[in-house]
Amino acid sequence: MLGKLSWSAIPFNQPLPMIASGVVALAILAVLAWVVLSGRLPYLWREWITSVDHKRIGVMYVLLAMVMLLRGFADAIMMRMQQSIAFHSQGFLPPEHYDQIFSAHGTIMIFFVAMPFVIGLMNLVVPLQLGVRDVAFPTLNSVGFWLTCTGALLVNISLVIGEFARTGWLPYPPLSELTYSPGVGVDYYLWSLEISGIGTLVAGINLVTTVLKIRTRGMNYLRMPMFCWTTLATNLLIIAAFPILTATLAMLILDRYFGFHFFSNEAGGNLMMFMNLIWAWGHPEVYILVLPAFGIFSEVVSTFSGKPLFGYRSMVLATMAICVISFMVWLHHFFTMGAGPDVNAIFGIASMIIAVPTGVKIYNWLFTMYGGRIRFATPMLWSIGFMVTFIIGGLTGVLVAVPPADFLLHNSLFLVAHFHNVIIGGVLFGAFAGYTYWFPKAFGFRLHEGLGKAAFWCWLVGFYLAFMPLYAVGLLGMTRRMQHYDVPEWRPWLIVAAGGAALILAGIVFQVLQLAFSIRDREQLRDETGDPWDGRSLEWATASPPPAFNFAVLPTVSGEDAFWALKKRAVEQAEPQYHAIEIPRNSPTGFVCAFFATVMGFALIWHIWWMVALGAIGAFATFVVFAWRDHDEYTIPADEVARIDRIHRAQRRTMLSEGAAAR
Amino acid sequence: MSTIALTEDHHGGSTAVRDWSGPASKRIVTGFGFWIFILSDMVMFSAFFATYAVLLGQTAGGPSGRDLFDLRNVAIETGFLLASSFTCGLGTIAVDARNKLWFQVSMAITCVFGLAFLTIELREFSSLVARGAGPTRSAFLSAFFTLVGCHGMHVSAGILWLLTMMAQVYAKGFRADIQRRLLCFALFWHALDIIWIAVFTVVYLLGSAK
Repeated sequence: MLGKLSWSAIPFNQPLPMIASGVVALAILAVLAWVVLSGRLPYLWREWITSVDHKRIGVMYVLLAMVMLLRGFADAIMMRMQQSIAFHSQGFLPPEHYDQIFSAHGTIMIFFVAMPFVIGLMNLVVPLQLGVRDVAFPTLNSVGFWLTCTGALLVNISLVIGEFARTGWLPYPPLSELTYSPGVGVDYYLWSLEISGIGTLVAGINLVTTVLKIRTRGMNYLRMPMFCWTTLATNLLIIAAFPILTATLAMLILDRYFGFHFFSNEAGGNLMMFMNLIWAWGHPEVYILVLPAFGIFSEVVSTFSGKPLFGYRSMVLATMAICVISFMVWLHHFFTMGAGPDVNAIFGIASMIIAVPTGVKIYNWLFTMYGGRIRFATPMLWSIGFMVTFIIGGLTGVLVAVPPADFLLHNSLFLVAHFHNVIIGGVLFGAFAGYTYWFPKAFGFRLHEGLGKAAFWCWLVGFYLAFMPLYAVGLLGMTRRMQHYDVPEWRPWLIVAAGGAALILAGIVFQVLQLAFSIRDREQLRDETGDPWDGRSLEWATASPPPAFNFAVLPTVSGEDAFWALKKRAVEQAEPQYHAIEIPRNSPTGFVCAFFATVMGFALIWHIWWMVALGAIGAFATFVVFAWRDHDEYTIPADEVARIDRIHRAQRRTMLSEGAAAR
Repeated sequence: MSTIALTEDHHGGSTAVRDWSGPASKRIVTGFGFWIFILSDMVMFSAFFATYAVLLGQTAGGPSGRDLFDLRNVAIETGFLLASSFTCGLGTIAVDARNKLWFQVSMAITCVFGLAFLTIELREFSSLVARGAGPTRSAFLSAFFTLVGCHGMHVSAGILWLLTMMAQVYAKGFRADIQRRLLCFALFWHALDIIWIAVFTVVYLLGSAK
């Protein structure tokens, strides 16, 4: 009846996961109770959960990422604590628990923090930068978001019911095969990623179509803001890479569930094929994460230097070059496979070549700042912190791309330090820069500057303290994922690294405080004009937060930095002719569909076959019901559009006259 | 919009590039998006094709394609699928002509051909399993069943979609959004043909070569 599920699946005898999940469950229940009791549930359902507005979906993606960041960081600090005390001792985490923690940490940070963070920012900003009213497929957008949530939920359920994978964030066979991982941990991993992977693919299709087909008049390709270009490149990579992940995980599922022999040790299976397939997705994935961050830095550096982006066309070229070359380097993740010197040399050289366009970008940002009037606001601090940090990470990356060196450094903590150096210093700093930069656009008020700067410095210094020692212990021969060790030389470095993690914790606390205080002081931090940073692209041309229709009249673009050009010409314009606007109606399709996907995923993990069928039928029925709707749009009358827009025009006029007086 | 000119004409003489004329129509956006989905689907199939190519020789002492494939059977199967694509095309013409009857007739035939294809495929699969050449026999057979079966599952999903579209047209007629869905369905169904031609060539023709 319930497949493999029984009471023994719940780890009553293990205090740590029980307490952790108990606290999380209490927190969730408290939030739910507050929402219901204060009567906000109908509002939440109507305005957010069923929303198909790209701005709201973007905000929810970022929120998901930030909540999951807390979960992933809790794993991280436990690992740092464990390694700082597990010298000649078992530490406080038993091996089977420690293995789950590092697997969950990697899985969560990549798939449920970094991915939703960048996808959320793209969703929020790209249609505004393109000067249009929505993305190409609003309802599918909501489906994609909620399927990502399903994946995140399943990973968190594994904390209480059953276990998570003990295989690392990529489940390498034969360890991940049923013979060696008989529990449900790997199945949790597989199904949550299959389901959220569909969500990501949907987001990719949606954003590529948006950038290529839905731009305002005059928004030629070479007039798009840099963030739109990196969005295009990222989502092209998603479309080309995520199906490989889906296929690879499907093969592992077939091995585990039906005894197929793709990656098994017997009957001709080939486990190295898994490494090749997973990294054929995995390396593009690295660029899927970092390219949007590059786009954010381009926007931020140009805005806060008061200059157009230096070398715009070379930046476009570099982005697209990275997009293509990222598919030609995957083998550098396993030089030790033994493909021979020729193959290793080719992939080593390709890995060094991909550093060239990245270098081009760094120089472009530096030259953008050169001679500019730089304002050191929080987003700019994150950008400068990124440039310094990312260069170090890039250089160690080129180092491990040299096959002979890689044979020494493979799977050592040097590698762990390298990829945290580029992912924290690149992706996460970029996400935080974008979060601070676009927060006023999403909510109509800025984030507190002082606390933002405090968070930045804690993160920056904390990062160096936590990860520079790992380079050192890596060179001293420490391999990754060690639950305990007995080499005295490693100990001091690992204690320093734990201190770094504590400092990062302080940074996160400052970020939480920043959000709380900013909400409290929102009236002082209010952005009346819609253009709090003196921005250059079209998202700043509309109000903050933008109305549901984004632009009352679609802007016409005649060059790069569209909004900057308009501001410079600052001429009083006659009121435009307003027309009624059609807006897609909100729909619970995404939420309901994800509900059934969660049921189905859970049932598949525990082999509850009747429930699988139920979930599948439910999901299909949801789509049919959705397809049967007669009215999928509603109309905002011209009067209403005019009323909303006049308020914004009046505020803009005040700003302009104040600006003129100041000059 | 704002006090600032956002609706002005571009100025300063003619530029070499022709300006983008604004958001594309819904039909184009939907069709384009669906094409991208099909491309991503083909990437997924190419992962299965690559796996099949790698595992082709890994028969673990069991039968190879030469011992198992019945080309005559596969030829009939292929005939049904290609014919269903033709009738699906007739359905598209019926949509253009706004002829409900011919639409339903050609979609029904498409469905029957699709089911015939699936029946032959399932018979082939079950006879292989009965002969002890199931997917768990060897890595080669795992890859074979997965690649061909994945296409078969796409055809099954397509039939489910087809029946839904027949019901929708029956209930709602040729509404604009339903026409866009029909366009996507037709793209999907024809794409399955393209993939099948690759399966036919790579798996069956090359596999039964002496």
